[in-house]
Amino acid sequence: MKVVIVGCGRVGALLAATFAAAGHNVSIIDTSTTAFERLPSSFRGDAIRGNGTDEAVLRRAGAQDCDLFLALTEGDNRNVMSAQLAAEVFGARKSVAKLNDPVRAEAYAELGIATICRTSLMADAILAFAGLAGSGAPVIRVPSGGHDDAAQLHDALLPEPGAGAGSTTRGR
Amino acid sequence: MFVLVVGGGRVGYYLTRELIQSGHEVVLMEKDRARATQIADEIGSIVIPHDGCEGKYLAEAGANRADVVAAVTGDDEDNLVICQMAKHHFDVPKTIARVNNPANEALFEHLGVDDQISPTRMILASIEQEIPVRELLHLAALGGEGDLELIEAQIDDRSPAIGRAAQDLGVPNGCSLFAVIRGGVATPVGSDTVLRQGDKVLAIGRRECEAELREQLIGAEIGAPGL
Repeated sequence: MKVVIVGCGRVGALLAATFAAAGHNVSIIDTSTTAFERLPSSFRGDAIRGNGTDEAVLRRAGAQDCDLFLALTEGDNRNVMSAQLAAEVFGARKSVAKLNDPVRAEAYAELGIATICRTSLMADAILAFAGLAGSGAPVIRVPSGGHDDAAQLHDALLPEPGAGAGSTTRGR
Repeated sequence: MFVLVVGGGRVGYYLTRELIQSGHEVVLMEKDRARATQIADEIGSIVIPHDGCEGKYLAEAGANRADVVAAVTGDDEDNLVICQMAKHHFDVPKTIARVNNPANEALFEHLGVDDQISPTRMILASIEQEIPVRELLHLAALGGEGDLELIEAQIDDRSPAIGRAAQDLGVPNGCSLFAVIRGGVATPVGSDTVLRQGDKVLAIGRRECEAELREQLIGAEIGAPGL
């Protein structure tokens, strides 16, 4: 499978190396070339320097053919924008954004992109270790329609008909 | 009206001031604490010194009762997320984003941002009106479902349209020529209007027809870098 990863931090680099070692076709994007030093010397994928919210950069990384798209930079909003570009413009079958803000993680899962929230993930793990019940939030929130239902994704992201001036989308 | 402005840079600051002067209720969100304090000292305690991308603080700022949310930070991805959160999580009727990279405009529109203001595009358009460019000029995006643009084309000596009547031009479906400016005077285009060198032609067309329209009115050769 074709995997595109944005953000060559510790998690990004580890996943890139793991997918590539398992024989998958991996492209990893980062704005800094020094970030690529985290990749093992055995890494056999493409490392692309550029901004993951830039359509041209994603195209260069092969986002148009990608099965799994992972946005793992430090910026929640950059991740959300990358993941939406991948899903909406390039038709990536699965697109995941890493988020720190639990509210945004929940909101965007409703909007059609899968999200993973580091904050609730870590908090739940630590609470469980301490013998307390966690938040019960899923590790990865997947949009209700699933990834393959592009039409539903599309509908969720576009305003309702007649939602222009004068009317509202309240009560959805 | 209750307007929530996110981003206390120059644009956000002046926008907030103008809105207050026109009698609107305004809350400004600015995540840089020093900048937030500075603005609050000047225009009063309507500044929330927090990140307007975070759901918790948007709720505190009253996003759920805002009539308009204007995301005017310097970062496109922040403006996108602010508008999407406002629209879909807080049901705000109208969201406006400042778009710095003109390449992001189509995506923002597709993702449900109601209105987009691109200073880059505006300055570019202003420059294009001053210098002769062998490209279509985008005067305005008409928005809505139809994706229509108001376009201007300068008929220069290399245009294949010179000496031909509007009906014979093969204007693509989804486009229509509606006015010609000749010697500073605008007249409506009829099917028998013959185009001359030096004319400016105004058209309305779908974005996807632009390349074809450009070829009909300006010619195939690209004389200047496009947008």
